[in-house]
Amino acid sequence: MLGLDPDRLWVDMNRLLALLFHQGVLDEQFLQLQQLQDESSPNFVSEVVNIYFYESEKLLRNLRALLMDKEFSDYKKMGIHLNQFMGSSSSVGAKRVRNVCVAFRAASEQNNRAGCLRALELLEHEYCYLKNKMHELFHIQQQRVLAAGVRYPIAQNN
Amino acid sequence: MARNGVASKLWRPETIDGLNLSPSGDHDEVHVLAVDDSLVDRKVIEQLLKISSCKVTTVDSGIRALQFLGLDEEKGSSVDGLDSLKVDLVITDYCMPGMTGYELLKKIKESSTLREIPVVIMSSENIMARIARCLEEGAEEFLVKPVKLSDVKRIREYMATREVGARKHEKGNSFNKRKLCDSCESCDLPLSSPSTSSSPTPSASSSPLCPSSPSPTLSMLSSSVPCSTSSLDSPTRRLKMSNSE
Repeated sequence: MLGLDPDRLWVDMNRLLALLFHQGVLDEQFLQLQQLQDESSPNFVSEVVNIYFYESEKLLRNLRALLMDKEFSDYKKMGIHLNQFMGSSSSVGAKRVRNVCVAFRAASEQNNRAGCLRALELLEHEYCYLKNKMHELFHIQQQRVLAAGVRYPIAQNN
Repeated sequence: MARNGVASKLWRPETIDGLNLSPSGDHDEVHVLAVDDSLVDRKVIEQLLKISSCKVTTVDSGIRALQFLGLDEEKGSSVDGLDSLKVDLVITDYCMPGMTGYELLKKIKESSTLREIPVVIMSSENIMARIARCLEEGAEEFLVKPVKLSDVKRIREYMATREVGARKHEKGNSFNKRKLCDSCESCDLPLSSPSTSSSPTPSASSSPLCPSSPSPTLSMLSSSVPCSTSSLDSPTRRLKMSNSE
């Protein structure tokens, strides 16, 4: 009716997940999150991921602000932000983002400002890609919920 | 987002000032206090514990954890009426601003009222020296993040065997240490006498350890001496036990 074919959506979702795993964007921790979702917490994964996005964007803004500052020298502070970013990325299974944080941290420990700037660019890029893919995934899942509703409509009093 | 709609005997608001309180009127369920400065990690550990049938309270710092445990330095020791908030396990992140997980561990183990509460440390860094230090200070276990369901299940099983031990002892049954040890073969954690309530009398119950071959001398020791885990356990044994996983 509305192009909401549950079977096709199921395939789409799994294809997207398989791609993200294959690309190393996500790792098994993401699957672990899915296992924690149940009837009493049906939106657990999207809730955690949305918190992760909110926190990540704060961290990215802080990192950029630090590096854009001409008199920047507080590599220690940058390290703290990076540790937080690494930790939360690892907790949601955002493998590639986490790996870029590791490289970023290494540059930071060497007080290598140019290296840090390059790492930040890469980090922003990886984060953007992840966010877009996650939104795609959640969209498919929302469609699946709708499709289930369409399939088994509640009887109207017409 | 409390999973169970259990009303507690004492009314407690859902959140106070950065604390997330879950009602914990049910004393049979394990009540875990989770400490982590990361909101993402708090959310994940909370769900891991809830899925594993634990009551969970999450706080974002060591200081808040101590306040919740009733160790507010201004007020002194155990606060009255906190019986329904009895904590059976503390699980804490290592790296936190202000008070680290290690410092929190020390404070808990130094407290006469709280030292029997098992403490688990979580860390994203797999540093041997850090792990050893935590275990030496009395941590039950050291988990490398990201924490998985299998980690929490293992801890849950350990807590279950502790409860069984405590109930048996309270009923005054003949306490078969060997049997208890056999039942926790799968876990590498030593058992300690649980005394998480705010009772003033030091627990004179035995501290059955969980070695692979319980010896008679060990059971003699534990029945006569009210001991904390650190006096009988060798830190290196704990380290070896943890590493054997």
